[in-house]
Amino acid sequence: MELYQMTIHELHKKLKNKEISSKELTESVFSRIDAVEDDVKSYLTVTKDVALEQAAAVDAKIAAGVAIGPLAGIPTAIKDVMCTKGIRTTCGSKILENFVPVYTSTAVQNLLNEGIVMTGKTNMDEFAMGSSTENSGYFPTRNPWDIERVPGGSSGGSAAVVAADEAIFSLGSDTGGSIRQPAALCGIVGMKPTYGLVSRFGLVAFASSLDQIGPFTKDVTDCAIVLNHLVGHDANDSTSVPIDKPDYTKALVNDLKGMRVGVPKELMAEGIDPEVRKVVEDALKLFEENGATVAETSLPNLEHGLSAYYIIAPAEASSNLARFDGVRYGYRASDSEDLMDMYMRTRAEGFGDEVKRRIMLGTYALSAGYYEAYYGQAQKVRTLITRDFNNAFEDFDVLVSPTSPTTAFKLGEKTADPLQMYLSDICTIPVNLAGLPGISVPCGTVDGLPVGLHIMGKMLGEEMLLRAAYSFEQQFGWNEKPKL
Amino acid sequence: MAISEKEVRHVAWLARLGLTDAEVEKFAHQLDVILEHAGRIARHDVSDVPPTSHAIPLINVYREDKIGECLTPEEALANAPKREDQAFAVPRIV
Repeated sequence: MELYQMTIHELHKKLKNKEISSKELTESVFSRIDAVEDDVKSYLTVTKDVALEQAAAVDAKIAAGVAIGPLAGIPTAIKDVMCTKGIRTTCGSKILENFVPVYTSTAVQNLLNEGIVMTGKTNMDEFAMGSSTENSGYFPTRNPWDIERVPGGSSGGSAAVVAADEAIFSLGSDTGGSIRQPAALCGIVGMKPTYGLVSRFGLVAFASSLDQIGPFTKDVTDCAIVLNHLVGHDANDSTSVPIDKPDYTKALVNDLKGMRVGVPKELMAEGIDPEVRKVVEDALKLFEENGATVAETSLPNLEHGLSAYYIIAPAEASSNLARFDGVRYGYRASDSEDLMDMYMRTRAEGFGDEVKRRIMLGTYALSAGYYEAYYGQAQKVRTLITRDFNNAFEDFDVLVSPTSPTTAFKLGEKTADPLQMYLSDICTIPVNLAGLPGISVPCGTVDGLPVGLHIMGKMLGEEMLLRAAYSFEQQFGWNEKPKL
Repeated sequence: MAISEKEVRHVAWLARLGLTDAEVEKFAHQLDVILEHAGRIARHDVSDVPPTSHAIPLINVYREDKIGECLTPEEALANAPKREDQAFAVPRIV
């Protein structure tokens, strides 16, 4: 097995025992990038020089006998929506093509403090708006399992780098499913933690009440390891939850006995591809065979989840994206007649279609005369969806559904029909509205394309979520890789 | 029709977003389809339900009133498309 194919926990042992150096590992990952990146196109910026310097620093520590943590020396890719000091951060948008942040986001800094090796910044749907990574202002990313298909979105670059072994793990952001859906479509593990558990300071905001940073990893053990170092209270983020950090690796117990698994019937209904549903039903049998009880449940207000999301998220986006006006940073249209002309043309030339569409949707939903009918109503539906989840978690430890209603679709297949594209996130969106944690783990394939199992937990219920995901992973024994 | 081309032009102006005539036509159609779908929640009776703006309770963050680290003027202006001395330069307003 090549070094670039291994997991964090396998590589940490080798680094600690001096069987390999971080430099060797980093060079192995960059040789992989050289070999497959032309096909996958997952990186917007590759930071080889930075990575080799960071690797050398870790190697020097190991040589000096200093103890290293589990992430030290591990090649890591970062979604290009998180600010990285001195390294351009584009958010997949032309409007930020030359933006070089003067500070680093807390989540990335937490990992840098642990000694990660940053391989680069990954491609994404512009400002994290999309479900396929076809809305990048630069180029679409391709699914490593079939390069004629999408990797999912908006963190498609971060999912593809891990699936294609172009990084050992990566960070993404999830506003309506943007970690879990691409993880499912690329056959890897992706987790959206409870809202507020990971600081959003330095994450360029899309919809502030929904956005959350989380990891893409090759297995559940790696997910718990990364989570240990991502989580933490941050005074720079007023939505950061002040809790004592648990050790999430302690939740990695292979035991499903007595676990109560609920299956919301609304997420196994019409609209879910029958073959995807069959794969998920087989996964649920595995839960039962290993001692869990599985029963159908209902989240009756979920039918309004997609509508509420596509009012709330654009409304928040229209406010957050008002800052891109060509004054303080980013692109500015040239030769403007006056200030208004500069704003209008800068934003017209800098934003892509999907961003314009959502700004328009959000501005409309917040405008006088429509506010109560759209935004006010959506906020109330959000309360009902949260209540539905709370009721379900009185009877169940976790809820399970498909992560995505279909496997990876063909590039261009849904670009002309925004509503069809929005339906790609129908299983994941409710979790964001309620602020709950969710994880996607591979549970099989349909026609050679991966299917993800979506496990949802109660507020701050990451440990139960990880136990369920880890136990399933151990029993299922997924070891398939794309043939790039 | 949930949204007309005239409304699209007005909303674009509110959002400070320049659109071509072709974009106005395209967005009017697409927004109409999306708003028709999203607007279904207006028919859902939630009159007795309180709204939720955040999944967790928000609390004000207070800190001691003392000088800490902040960006230097040079750092704050580092990404400005156009500057004049220590200020962001914009086209003439009046």
